[in-house]
Amino acid sequence: MAYVAVKGGERAIDNAHAWLAEDRRGDPAVPEISLAQIQQQLGRSVDRVMAEGSLYDPDLAALAVKQAQGDLIEAAFLLRAYRTTLPRFGYSTPLDTAAMQVRRRVSAVYKDLPGGQVLGPTYDYTHRLLDFALAAEGNLPAPAPQATAESATMPRVSDILRSEDLIEGDGNPMPTTEPGDLTREPLGFPAPRDVRLQALARGDEGFLLAMGYSTQRGWGGTHPFVGEVRLGEVAVEIVPPELGFAIDIGEVTLTECQMINQFKGSKTKPPQFTRGYGLVFGHAERKAMGMALVDRAMRHDEFGEEATAPAQNIEFMLYHSDNIEGTGFVEHLKLPHYVDFQSELETIRRMRREAETNVATLKEAAE
Amino acid sequence: MNGYNFAYLDEQTKRMIRRAILKAVAIPGHQVPFGSREMPLPYGWGTGGIQVTASVLGAADTLKVIDQGADDTTNAVSIRRFFARTAGVATTTDTEQATIIQTRHRIPEKPLREDQIIVYQVPQPEPLSKLEPSRAETRRMHALAEYGAMHVRLYEDITRFGHVAISYDYPVMVNQRYLMAPSPIPAFDNPKMHMMPALQLFGAGREKRIYAIPPYTDVRSLDFEDHPFRTTRAPHCCALCGADDSYLDEVVTDDAGSRMFVCSDTDHCETRQAQGHTGTGEPMAREALAAGAAHGGDGS
Repeated sequence: MAYVAVKGGERAIDNAHAWLAEDRRGDPAVPEISLAQIQQQLGRSVDRVMAEGSLYDPDLAALAVKQAQGDLIEAAFLLRAYRTTLPRFGYSTPLDTAAMQVRRRVSAVYKDLPGGQVLGPTYDYTHRLLDFALAAEGNLPAPAPQATAESATMPRVSDILRSEDLIEGDGNPMPTTEPGDLTREPLGFPAPRDVRLQALARGDEGFLLAMGYSTQRGWGGTHPFVGEVRLGEVAVEIVPPELGFAIDIGEVTLTECQMINQFKGSKTKPPQFTRGYGLVFGHAERKAMGMALVDRAMRHDEFGEEATAPAQNIEFMLYHSDNIEGTGFVEHLKLPHYVDFQSELETIRRMRREAETNVATLKEAAE
Repeated sequence: MNGYNFAYLDEQTKRMIRRAILKAVAIPGHQVPFGSREMPLPYGWGTGGIQVTASVLGAADTLKVIDQGADDTTNAVSIRRFFARTAGVATTTDTEQATIIQTRHRIPEKPLREDQIIVYQVPQPEPLSKLEPSRAETRRMHALAEYGAMHVRLYEDITRFGHVAISYDYPVMVNQRYLMAPSPIPAFDNPKMHMMPALQLFGAGREKRIYAIPPYTDVRSLDFEDHPFRTTRAPHCCALCGADDSYLDEVVTDDAGSRMFVCSDTDHCETRQAQGHTGTGEPMAREALAAGAAHGGDGS
């Protein structure tokens, strides 16, 4: 093979993109998937992309899913890169999840409670048997039975326990300073809880699942109970400075998890249940629960607990929860590194020469 | 480009980055945290360098982008296109023509001038990261100039191998104060950083750090009096331009161990060829390589 200096990177890129577009479309004989179909029928994908893309926009998330061929991390990346260009108009007032239009709410700590247990649209009790009937298209499911909601609001389990002072409070829900934003200011340590929760809400579902799981297995045990998990729609309000009062700008679908944990008390605090909190865009119970577990694990300092496990190490958790950062750095290893590798080649050859010389000298000495 | 600001970033973001750059220039070698943005290119592809370039780029600038020393590597092509598209600036492959050079893993062979800026893409800005994973801790170590751990690491190499076995991203001391990662350039390029007339800027997007070396700054590769720093290159001449002092890429030409050594800096190589310099144009067989290595030493 004769070597010629490689030219034509530009053409290679163009051709690769053309191939990618063709690959994305697949067999043209198969009808193209529409954004409405993705949004309606692949809603959990759209939800995950909004959560990890850190932008609540089901239309754009559906577009991202389509553009990324269903690669959800790639789709979240598309959404993030778009999000970064958007102007910031202000912060909403704290969302009131007690006023959520609840579609699902389960508590593991009370058999029944105000507002009741609402199973909602869940996979929890499905038998995981492939439904071959679903493979045939055109089957409309029978309409689900309807009922009126028991009450307009559904008090949070944490508020119920709070009345007996058995659980720690919410803290101050109306802080005087603006909440931290790690997309504007670089992460610093010790990271305050608002920034930690932001990082977790944007974090990778798989990472939070694994790290939350690790706390259950003894790596930073948190002895959790699901106080409740709720899913539904919550109104978002802002206070425009020129109006001075709150106006409703729309609603978002959220999954909220309140994890209740044991605490035996410290010198300054009486024995009390403590909380881990998870809040995620869309329907994402697995992630909200993982988030609540690791949120509590990272609060070891507040309760004088010894930090020994990875999930309790705030720096470790926050630096590795972001899948856009992670995928970038892992996948960048595909980029050319032949300059570095060349220097490694020369170094290892030199070391081998020296090692061989040493062996030869030893041999001579022995003979 | 329609719908986007000049060089992609909005002006407020550029101002924030310029402030970080000014601070970095004022404290040579010190890592300045900055509000790194999520770019339309992935982390690891040069998002830090791109943000720095976008912040210092003007309409009259001429931009050169290299990766592994070459203008035609795919990522260099992609970044050059990004700026051609979002800023409409002139681009070049000629080191001399460029006012801003964004680079990954190399410093051009041709000495840079006072009126040029070189922007390095940095994957890991923390030189102590392999010794101490916590950034809270390494920040403290930098504040106290507590660099003993790195000297011990070099010393351990010497006791084990007889020399320091770091071949790229070789740590440097900047202005006799801050230990700095030069980015994964080969140690061969380290001496070029010392007293360089051009401004050197370093951007790490994922790690959200910017640092700088102002023109004519003292930059020393860490070493010991009895084990002075030395560089390594393949002990051959470029097969295309005959250069015996440039950094070489090793190109595998068959499955029998034949190799061809060519300049990693494509502009340098082409310039020399245009001046009439030629190499053998031929690959070297495996036996010739072994003989060359035995006689050629380590090229230090």
